[in-house]
Amino acid sequence: MSVLVFTENWDGKFKKQSFELVSYASKIAEMLNTQVIALSIGNVQEDELKKLATYSADKIISVTNNNLKNLDNQAYTSVIAQVAEKNGANVVVIANNNTGKALAPRLSVRLKAALGSAVTKLPTSVAPFTIYKKVLSGKAFSNVVLKSDIKIITLSQNSYEFTENPKATLIETFEPVLDAVKTTVTDVQKQTGKLILTDAEIVVSGGRGMKSPDNWGPIEELAQLLGAATACSRPVSDEGWRTHDEHTGQTGKIIAPNLYIAAGISGAIQHLAGISSSKCIVAINTDKDAPIFEAANYGIVGDASKVLPALIQAVKEK
Amino acid sequence: MKILICLSNVPDTTTKAKFVNDNKAFDTAGVQWIINPWDELALTRALELKANTANSIEKVTVITVGKADAEPTMRKALAIGADDAVRIDAEPKDAYFVAAQIAEYVKTNPFDIIINGIESSDYNGSAVGGMVAEFLSIPSVSAVSTLEIANGEVKITREIDGGKEVIKSQLPVLLVVQKGIAKEPMIAAMRGIMMAKAKPLAVVAPQAIDALTEIVSFELPKPKPPCKMIDPENVKELVHLLQNEAKVI
Repeated sequence: MSVLVFTENWDGKFKKQSFELVSYASKIAEMLNTQVIALSIGNVQEDELKKLATYSADKIISVTNNNLKNLDNQAYTSVIAQVAEKNGANVVVIANNNTGKALAPRLSVRLKAALGSAVTKLPTSVAPFTIYKKVLSGKAFSNVVLKSDIKIITLSQNSYEFTENPKATLIETFEPVLDAVKTTVTDVQKQTGKLILTDAEIVVSGGRGMKSPDNWGPIEELAQLLGAATACSRPVSDEGWRTHDEHTGQTGKIIAPNLYIAAGISGAIQHLAGISSSKCIVAINTDKDAPIFEAANYGIVGDASKVLPALIQAVKEK
Repeated sequence: MKILICLSNVPDTTTKAKFVNDNKAFDTAGVQWIINPWDELALTRALELKANTANSIEKVTVITVGKADAEPTMRKALAIGADDAVRIDAEPKDAYFVAAQIAEYVKTNPFDIIINGIESSDYNGSAVGGMVAEFLSIPSVSAVSTLEIANGEVKITREIDGGKEVIKSQLPVLLVVQKGIAKEPMIAAMRGIMMAKAKPLAVVAPQAIDALTEIVSFELPKPKPPCKMIDPENVKELVHLLQNEAKVI
């Protein structure tokens, strides 16, 4: 018996979400009175792998293989399944990010394991194994029993409070059996400093109330100050003021950052469908009756072109 | 080349969340049903590709797992331009059940490209696509934002941290697509609506497959405390609250 947690790395480094995931998995292991095994795929140095032990991993398994340089969903699924089978995993924990969403469903079929996706807290019970997740794009929640012997959980990031709890941990290597991969990455286009919207912890977003694409300076400046990604509402991307990959809401991106700052966004229900899982929402809008204020935790009635520069100043002084 | 679009029949986004049967089921009374918005974008892109004869796409099929009440949504997809539709006649129990049904159908009716929207707006599971691919042992690519066909190969871009990857995949392939795949959903023209009535909509009997999950209850979110309003002249107060009360910066 064990709880297996798949920890993704970014150019050989883990992120805060990796540690959140390991801590979460270790808490489930505690509930099941078993150990937690962290799996890393790719070239990660020993010092970096050891960081997983700081967050309660009992064992770390490192898989390095040239055929796993790029994310091939079939190959990665196969590796996780092999490690899960070898270690008798009865729960597998994966991040609910782009990678996790690609792998968890495949793994569910591979292991015939029930999938509880995008959970935001610990299972409410381990017998029966019951998870809690959003439905109807955040308008409601459901309690779901995972009925199979093996369970897979994907955890929404920024949803679990965690602290360090170091353990003396062994690092093992594992040689998986791999078939030839069927997908090839032919080109990688990276923009330095541009954060992926769906994985960002803070998002600064602008709507039609920004009035013109020329007024995006303060949004970008604030985002840079806060280490945030930038987003926009649908009319803004439809007008071509911002690129489509920034559109957040129904038919756009669905995000769940810690902090979402909406400037000049009225908050139509289609927009809220994409952002309602944000931990904290700040709304800046000239219309005090805008629906965004019903979804927001903090609101400022005012012109974003005046409020944002003041906010930038205040963040600089904090 | 044949393309299959997996459609979810979902409540319109403006639907209010209400439950019946001891909070064990959605209250579907008065609900307007629509094609899941992301699936609609997937269908749009498939039809755009088919419109270019150089791509030699023989047909675009839509498939869903649902009872007869899902048929208006299937007809809508036919009106938009899908060539034919398949409905597997079963109540969709969970993602695993739905994916297994679709995979069983595809095993005897092969397609070159299968496309799913990134998530459905009802159960938000983001699961059926990857599951279908694994059942069929075919490659899958997720977070796809563009799709082109050239010389019988698919060229895909996938969003990654800080940018994107260009990917080539062998066929058959399953793609889970998101915003960007098509600009705006195609709208059914009157001619399409008329023609849709005559297009084939096959009803297929389901396979015996057990669901792996069971929803035991639904609940509404806890009421959110009212929005704290901050004086626009005192933005410092907001920064203070974000630091010390919400603890998010």
